[in-house]
Amino acid sequence: MRILVTVKHVPDLQSQRSFTGGRVTRTADDGTMNELDEHAVEAALQLVEAAGEGEVYALTVGGADAVVAVRKALQLGVQHAIHVSDDAIADSDVFGTAKVMAAAVRKVQDEAPLDLVITGMAALDGLTSMLPTALAAELDWSQATLASAVSVAGGEVTVERHLADAHETVVAPLPAVVSVTDEANKPRYPNFKLIMAARKAPVALWSLADLGVDPASVGREGARTVVVDASPAPPRENRVTVTDTGDGGTQLADFLIEKGLA
Amino acid sequence: MTTVAVLIDHRDGEVTRPALEALTLARSLGTPVAVWLGSVPSADAVALVGDYGATEVRVVDAEMRLAGHAAAALGAALEDADVVVVISTFVTKEIVTRLAMATGAGVVVDAAGAEIVDGRVETVQTVFAATWNVRTRIHTERAIVGIRPNTTQAVPADTPGDAVIVPVTVDRPATRERVVAVEPVERGAGVPLAEAPVVVSGGRGTGGDYALVTELAELLGGAVGASRDATDEGWISHEHMVGQTGTTVTPALYVAAGISGAVHHRGGMQASGTIVCINLDPDAPIFEISDFGVVGSLFDVIPQAIARIREHRAG
Repeated sequence: MRILVTVKHVPDLQSQRSFTGGRVTRTADDGTMNELDEHAVEAALQLVEAAGEGEVYALTVGGADAVVAVRKALQLGVQHAIHVSDDAIADSDVFGTAKVMAAAVRKVQDEAPLDLVITGMAALDGLTSMLPTALAAELDWSQATLASAVSVAGGEVTVERHLADAHETVVAPLPAVVSVTDEANKPRYPNFKLIMAARKAPVALWSLADLGVDPASVGREGARTVVVDASPAPPRENRVTVTDTGDGGTQLADFLIEKGLA
Repeated sequence: MTTVAVLIDHRDGEVTRPALEALTLARSLGTPVAVWLGSVPSADAVALVGDYGATEVRVVDAEMRLAGHAAAALGAALEDADVVVVISTFVTKEIVTRLAMATGAGVVVDAAGAEIVDGRVETVQTVFAATWNVRTRIHTERAIVGIRPNTTQAVPADTPGDAVIVPVTVDRPATRERVVAVEPVERGAGVPLAEAPVVVSGGRGTGGDYALVTELAELLGGAVGASRDATDEGWISHEHMVGQTGTTVTPALYVAAGISGAVHHRGGMQASGTIVCINLDPDAPIFEISDFGVVGSLFDVIPQAIARIREHRAG
């Protein structure tokens, strides 16, 4: 079982997240591996453990600081780390990112075929959830997204999906792109030995030239969308907090009635 | 003239309110054309879509469960469209991603609005748990916009048109995936969480007792939501979870009862119109984003609020 997990470097949820010049501000200090990607790493490790053989690659695409994302994956127990970094990738939209990732997947496959690419259900900065589908289309692999349970048998992956209107079971032949939700598993904690080993583990650093991707087809030049303005939302004005001393419910109701909401 | 195709969201054969919102937005961008995936809609459904400005309802007998199938069906129905508008859900986001890959269109999902500026579509949306407002320009000639429910006020067209059904046939593309089981989610009588104009959510502070939260939701004509804590405890099913990995809601009124307001939760509700909260802990972060907060027990505050609202309505 050979699995590649995509991991993203995102601003820590608890930090003051912001934009600089139309870009998400990312720094090594308050940046981290996208929390939801921990579930993707966990799913991959569990599938390899269940199969009794195999290896897991972690792939990240991003600037120099993005390496923290694959280092985190190494701490969790993946065997290989790949960091694709190239100035030309900055400001890529989801389609540019998918193109770069697909090229990296193919390069890994030059060594030996992969069975699965596993991603998180969303990145907690952009939250579009489009990447897994774009990557499956770019690779021309089958897709099984938003999995709350994953299993592999007989050359096929089976996932459970909890959608708003129905619970589905989807079966897809390998190789497949799978995205997992935060219901899929409980990510393990890194142990001391792995943390120490991850510091020294090699991270393959690939450029667009290494991947044979035309720089003009990705990045700002290749992007179909561009952020033209980003500004902090004004705080809510005239906020009121009362302490219930016996009429808190009435005050709340009166507020709603006055607003025409009740 | 800009042709705007709108994927009509429908449930049990009925056009949903978000679909009417999407048609209203589409009219501000150009000439709306409705696309209906599924079996032929009823005359009432077609008439309603006409009232909101569509002159054609293109019907493709296809289902939405596999993104590849739905994208092919949608693509066949809107070859002439400059702009495509869908309601942003986990399912439609995958469909439009496939459609964009096939057509080269630029996409923005989870938008709160869209307009045409200098011949291109620009969208607005909130990000980072609604702490930032972002405007995005779609460079490409063809644009796809996924909008969130409750972000556009649904208004019928000034001159309601007679919409006609135009059948579209499409060769179902080969997809490798198979849906082997579908178990519909039992839904209460009310509107689904994502579309509800009012959401009343309960968290850890309920201790698992949703009776008061449900009663208030019903009184206000809203849906019941929950925090991750509550769904993890198994107090209420996952479909009720409001948050970044559950349902994102933008109702006119959001009531958070016994919810502290962790960032995961805020990310799913902070763009709501009016936010009120009830929490025992005055330091809970939910107070920082609430228009009206009560420090107190929801078991005292909600019954009193319900009584006051009933009294007001009777009065």
